[in-house]
Amino acid sequence: MKHILSVLVENHAGVLLRIVGLFSRRGFNIHSLAVGVTDDPGVSRVTIVVTGDEATIEQVVKQLNKLIDVIKVKELNKNTCVRRELTLLKIRCNSKNRSEIIQIVNIFRANIIDVSPETLTIELTGTEDKIDAFLGMLEPFGIVEVVRGGMLSLERGHLGIKNQ
Amino acid sequence: MRKTAAEVIVDILIKHNIDTVFGYPGAASTPLHQALSKSNIRHILPRSEQSGAHEATGYSSVEGGVGVCIATSGPGATNLLTGIANAYMDSIPLVAITGQVTSDQIGRDVFQEVDMFGTTAPYCKHSYLVKDAAQIPRIFHEAFYIAATGRPGPVVVDIPMDLQLQEIDVPELEKVDIRGYKPTVKGHEMQIKRAVSELQRAQRPVFLAGHGIILSDSIEEFRKIVELTNVPVVSTLLGLGVLPTEHPLNFGMIGSHGMAQSNFALQKADLIFIVGARVSDRAVPAPMALQDKRIVHVDVDPAEIGKIVSTNTPIVGDIKDVLTQMLALVEQDDPYTDWVAEISAHKKPIRVPQTNGTICAKNALHLLSGMVEENAIVTTEVGQNQIWTARNWNFKDQTKFITSGGFGTMGYGLPAAVGAKLAAPDRQVIAVEGDGSFQMSMGELATIAAHELDIKIILLCNNELGMVNEYQRVRDYNNYAVHLAGNPDFSVLASAYGIEAAVVSDYADLEKAYETMLAWDGPYLLQINIDAQEDTL
Ligand SMILES: Cc1ncc(C[n+]2csc(CCOP(=O)(O)OP(=O)(O)O)c2C)c(N)n1
Repeated sequence: MKHILSVLVENHAGVLLRIVGLFSRRGFNIHSLAVGVTDDPGVSRVTIVVTGDEATIEQVVKQLNKLIDVIKVKELNKNTCVRRELTLLKIRCNSKNRSEIIQIVNIFRANIIDVSPETLTIELTGTEDKIDAFLGMLEPFGIVEVVRGGMLSLERGHLGIKNQ
Repeated sequence: MRKTAAEVIVDILIKHNIDTVFGYPGAASTPLHQALSKSNIRHILPRSEQSGAHEATGYSSVEGGVGVCIATSGPGATNLLTGIANAYMDSIPLVAITGQVTSDQIGRDVFQEVDMFGTTAPYCKHSYLVKDAAQIPRIFHEAFYIAATGRPGPVVVDIPMDLQLQEIDVPELEKVDIRGYKPTVKGHEMQIKRAVSELQRAQRPVFLAGHGIILSDSIEEFRKIVELTNVPVVSTLLGLGVLPTEHPLNFGMIGSHGMAQSNFALQKADLIFIVGARVSDRAVPAPMALQDKRIVHVDVDPAEIGKIVSTNTPIVGDIKDVLTQMLALVEQDDPYTDWVAEISAHKKPIRVPQTNGTICAKNALHLLSGMVEENAIVTTEVGQNQIWTARNWNFKDQTKFITSGGFGTMGYGLPAAVGAKLAAPDRQVIAVEGDGSFQMSMGELATIAAHELDIKIILLCNNELGMVNEYQRVRDYNNYAVHLAGNPDFSVLASAYGIEAAVVSDYADLEKAYETMLAWDGPYLLQINIDAQEDTL
């Protein structure tokens, strides 16, 4: 089972080492991880997608909370949060199949952000499923490179990590 | 007023009541050692940084405060690692200060550079690599606060040598406020009520007492609760001493090396009331077997609750607070006569009668425990010597037991005894040693000699790494892979340091040998020759 953890941490050196070290040492599985500073420059927010059963997730949360640099940990409920991933991919193309690819790009509401005679570079934002589907559609054309960012997630409406 | 950061560090140590530090110098820690030498803080030089860290934890275990050890960068710092990990496993408050190469050189693999922050992250409670000297006061106040509060543990502060020399403002002592660190101290009232009613409902309750009771200075509260509730007690290795051995409700240590009756009690109990113990694999080799029981678990570290066994009534809080709240709720209860009798019936003799001409370590340790002072401090190494002591020492009301529990660190006991003796010069200190473990830290004989520390060293000499040999014996390897060859003549060795020594091989001479040793004013090494085939249990 995948779980989404949103973690507020002190924005200073070494914090990520502790978090990643904790996961590797205790054998927890990170599916994806995304970090960035928040509206408060002293605080970063880490979104971690973890795989594991309930008991494992409880331990992950408790162990994260033990880290002095961790300010708050919240498990987000999939039904009450929005989730997005960003993917960039470069795909092989030629004058014959370019318009076919552009059609797929349009269907998925992706953006073409760079073009060369042999390649297209595309940006897509969406849920993991959507990105998987998109990659599946483009695979036959020949993917040159893909870079997928970790999942970001926010709770809907009045819910939020600060007013837990 | 401005001072060098090193001088400010010394001021802060004094503010935190640190009177003794265990330090081994090198270029990168010289400014700090210089500043220390101008203060009243006692500086003890161990013979390796590892021993220094162990000494600091031994000191802390007796004195109750935070232990402090200091090392230089690179090899000095890495020599501390075993001591830091040991303190982490056994939740001992420690501040480990290391010098680091100059800040402009970090990351270039310069002479004696090691990433101490990265190296220690997995097994310290918190750590700092100082990048701005002005932050040093805050960092040190935090370090002491973090090490001592909540679940105690080691904190590492790594300071580049140029920053130690920088002049900084001497700030007012501010209250520490770390937004990500607010340990729960006060136990939840409702949960405590629930726990008490669990106790009242149970037919076969048992207290599982751990190190947390000792760390939180709650032995007295715990004993009162035992007297009132009449609930039988079993303990972990590090929980030994919470009740005297001969207390009628004390059934002793649990686990793979535990007592038959205490393991039986754990198996047959309907309620296990865990206080300050983490249900480690050594204590509870088969935790699944506890899953059908009611479990109350009190610990200051929420992550320990539910980590191994799921719990009906979790209570997070300082054990002293929780037990004090409990004391207000429990009433004098009738004895669990049948249940206690059932547990007692599972007692097995743990020592065989001694024949003269040889010495059985179990008998030797039991005999000594009856001859030392009421409040003696006993340290052990790791191996058979540790388990023999745990099982056969007759713990009195105020016996203090110091041993490496979670990490099983050979070479711990002798330095721990040094720390203990420095913390309590008026208490008898007995260091029970295996001949293998002893040789890991025997450089400390010099520290003992230099400070004339009256430590009685009981060297159980079987000329083997006893516990490892036994392991190979019981696992039917039919082969001992490794032998402890080349033992020195230990009494000659002791005399080289000016330490009095004797050897004894016959039980008929043992009591006399103990008398001589205990009457001797100063350090003493008594080598007791034992049979390498003697079993641990
Ligand atoms: C630092 C370290 N290295 C290795 C071990 C593995 N080990 C556990 S017990 C033991 C033998 C200890 O021998 P000795 O100190 O002579 O004690 P005895 O078992 O004979 O009482 C060893 C090697 C350990 N616990 N710690």
